[in-house]
Amino acid sequence: MSEFTVNRTLDCSGMNCPLPILKTKKEVDQMQSGEVLKMISTDSGSANDMASWSNRTGHKIVDSTTEGGTYTFYIQKS
Amino acid sequence: MADTKKLAIIASKGTLDWAYPPFILASAAAAMDMEAVLFFTFYGLPLLKKEIDLKVTPTGNPAMPMKMPFGSKDFQGINWPIPNIISGNVPGFDNMATMLMKETFKKKGVATIEQLREMCQESGVRFIACQMTMDVFGFERKDFIDGVEYGGAAMFLEYAADANMSLFI
Repeated sequence: MSEFTVNRTLDCSGMNCPLPILKTKKEVDQMQSGEVLKMISTDSGSANDMASWSNRTGHKIVDSTTEGGTYTFYIQKS
Repeated sequence: MADTKKLAIIASKGTLDWAYPPFILASAAAAMDMEAVLFFTFYGLPLLKKEIDLKVTPTGNPAMPMKMPFGSKDFQGINWPIPNIISGNVPGFDNMATMLMKETFKKKGVATIEQLREMCQESGVRFIACQMTMDVFGFERKDFIDGVEYGGAAMFLEYAADANMSLFI
């Protein structure tokens, strides 16, 4: 795991598909290249969805954790 | 981007349940840096109205669960078997089923159709209304939200010819 600083945090707890993806995209659009977004989701579909979103958009998931029903993603803007 | 992927969807259904897939897919496509066009025809046209008033009916839809969005977890898990003769004949049954589905969506953190439609427009998804079916069913442009384009089969096909994904919903 590489070192990074979290620049922004987005809490998508309680939201369901496709809201976490839509909100993440909106947030990332406002960030600078290289900045990291911490996104929190409780949607159990979001683990695979975020990976696919990352594959398509090129914004990298530099780290992710799962704790109970909470999924946390660290996304670095490309 | 030269290799931008394109999604083309024909939205032909106007019930509360089937209103979701076109808007979910188009908004998600936009969030994944894809282009998306939604072509609204036949019963999909009411999805463009300024005031959306969609309903769902369990009649003739044996796969639709009839569950309560309130009460204990066990109670919410019960699927109520409603015969068509009741769901199709009791006045207000569809209104009740619609209310229950909306409440369930809300509890599960699912966006409303209005929200998803707005997010589509914000992210550049194009909406095209089928002029022919508008004429047939008596819809007028003033009934619809701003930002809608009007056209026909050729307009959709021109876009779909270069689309990577084409769906009929």
